Amino acid sequence: MAQSATIPSSQAGATAVPTEQYNYEIIKKFAIMAMVWGVLGMGVGTYIASQLAFPFLNFDIAEITFGRFRPVHTTLVIFGFGGNALFATSYYIVQRTCQARLYGDGLATFTFWGWNLSVGLGVITYMMGFTQGREYAEFVWPIDILITVTWVAYFWVYLQTLLRRSQPHIYVANWFYMSFILATAILHIFNNLQVPVSLFSLESYSLFSGVQDAMTQWWYGHNAVGFFLTAAFLGMMYYFVPKQAGRPIYSYRLSIIHFWALVFLYMWVGAHHLHWTALPDWVSTLAATFSILLLLPSWGGMINGIMTLSGAWDKLRTDPIMLFLITALSFYGMSTFEGPMMSLKSVNALSHYTDWTVGHVHSGALGWVAMITFGSFYHLFPRLWNTKLYSLRLVYVHFFLATIGIVLYITAMWVAGIGQGLMLRAFDEYGNLAYTFVESVVFLHRPYVVRAIGGGLFLLGILIMAYNIFMTITTARREAARVEAKIGAKMARASS
Amino acid sequence: MLDLWYWIADLSNSKIVALLLFSTTFVGILLYVFTNRHRTERLESYRYMPFEDDEDKVPHGEDGKK
Repeated sequence: MAQSATIPSSQAGATAVPTEQYNYEIIKKFAIMAMVWGVLGMGVGTYIASQLAFPFLNFDIAEITFGRFRPVHTTLVIFGFGGNALFATSYYIVQRTCQARLYGDGLATFTFWGWNLSVGLGVITYMMGFTQGREYAEFVWPIDILITVTWVAYFWVYLQTLLRRSQPHIYVANWFYMSFILATAILHIFNNLQVPVSLFSLESYSLFSGVQDAMTQWWYGHNAVGFFLTAAFLGMMYYFVPKQAGRPIYSYRLSIIHFWALVFLYMWVGAHHLHWTALPDWVSTLAATFSILLLLPSWGGMINGIMTLSGAWDKLRTDPIMLFLITALSFYGMSTFEGPMMSLKSVNALSHYTDWTVGHVHSGALGWVAMITFGSFYHLFPRLWNTKLYSLRLVYVHFFLATIGIVLYITAMWVAGIGQGLMLRAFDEYGNLAYTFVESVVFLHRPYVVRAIGGGLFLLGILIMAYNIFMTITTARREAARVEAKIGAKMARASS
Repeated sequence: MLDLWYWIADLSNSKIVALLLFSTTFVGILLYVFTNRHRTERLESYRYMPFEDDEDKVPHGEDGKK
């Protein structure tokens, strides 16, 4: 089959510079851990989705109940899979576009251990029942400190590599990564300002209280989406889409506007998670207004990425990796349209506290974040091991499983969420609630089954990818050993 | 000085200041990026950076842009 499709014009180029010039070892470690956490995180996600459809799957074991497994799932997929993928790709891109070796091998290795230890400890503590109770920031305070130290090291490695660049200009992908590193540092520190119960306790209290606490949480929560799950993955997009397509990004000037508009607007929108609460109405309106404005840079970036293929759309027929990247951009466009729409107070009155929100999150998380990562990894792995991908056919299989899985997932959640919203606010002719809560739960059963099937297909896809990557690496190692043995034999013959 | 702080702390004043400040900056970025032909050429040349350490660089002009 069209194996050459994975090896576009840039394949040979990946080996044009001696690999010793770059630190690829650290990238390999992060990329492999991203796959490990990804499989585990999506596995846990599918399991808890099944628990919601079939509650007996709790088996009365506290450690695996939905309440404890839910932060395990979100932590593994966001910080384990997404975080490691961002470390890997940012370290790759900064070296390749600056044409400079990564600063501080030891410090970079520290970021690997610091980050993955935090993720691992987080999972263990959640299962034991320890949580800070802040969504997407459930890590207890000692782990928060470890993450802070690791993140400062990451910032220093990245900054120093940028400073030692041999290129006069810093490529736009690095701007996105740098904004992600800086914003995540600010968000993490302020959202995790806690007062520990005692020095030897894992429990703590938030420094904020009441509505300020809620606003800090959602200022963090939405900017984690904005900078961790969007800006950073856009950095990935601005490098890997042009590389895989073998043609430069459509407009560099548009990427500059995209960057500044996006990083400015995102900071204001978190309060749209708190419509119709004790939050002052003007803050709600401000957040909704900025959310609508955010549509412009989001779509500008999407168009910039998709138009990179302008005049070369035929690549979509022959290259499954390109399919992943362009589909990711399409889902990015779709979820960044849905988000502003849901931030409108009237729409939010229906959608909030329902599964529509869960569907929206997953159209972004699976459709955009995971798909752009899969595409980038299929491009990256063969280049790190200086080989070809084991099977392109399996990439196609993965693509269709993932896409069908996402579509099942989000349509099930639309049905569940809109139905749930309508049922919970329906009144009878006397002004009483038309449905009891348990009736809405009964209604949710079928969509939950469909959602679990969709998640299962997505999980199957990443398992196939893991096998494909494993075989790619194994084949590369075997090939390298064979070449080494040949050279050794020749040398021995020459010396005798 | 204190009067200035009182004035800026009033939301009806600070929101106008913020609007002027941020919109002017944004318009400034737009003008910087989309005016001046030489600057445009320089900025667009950075599109090729991901290919610069490849053997087979993408030649300038050979892409989908009209």
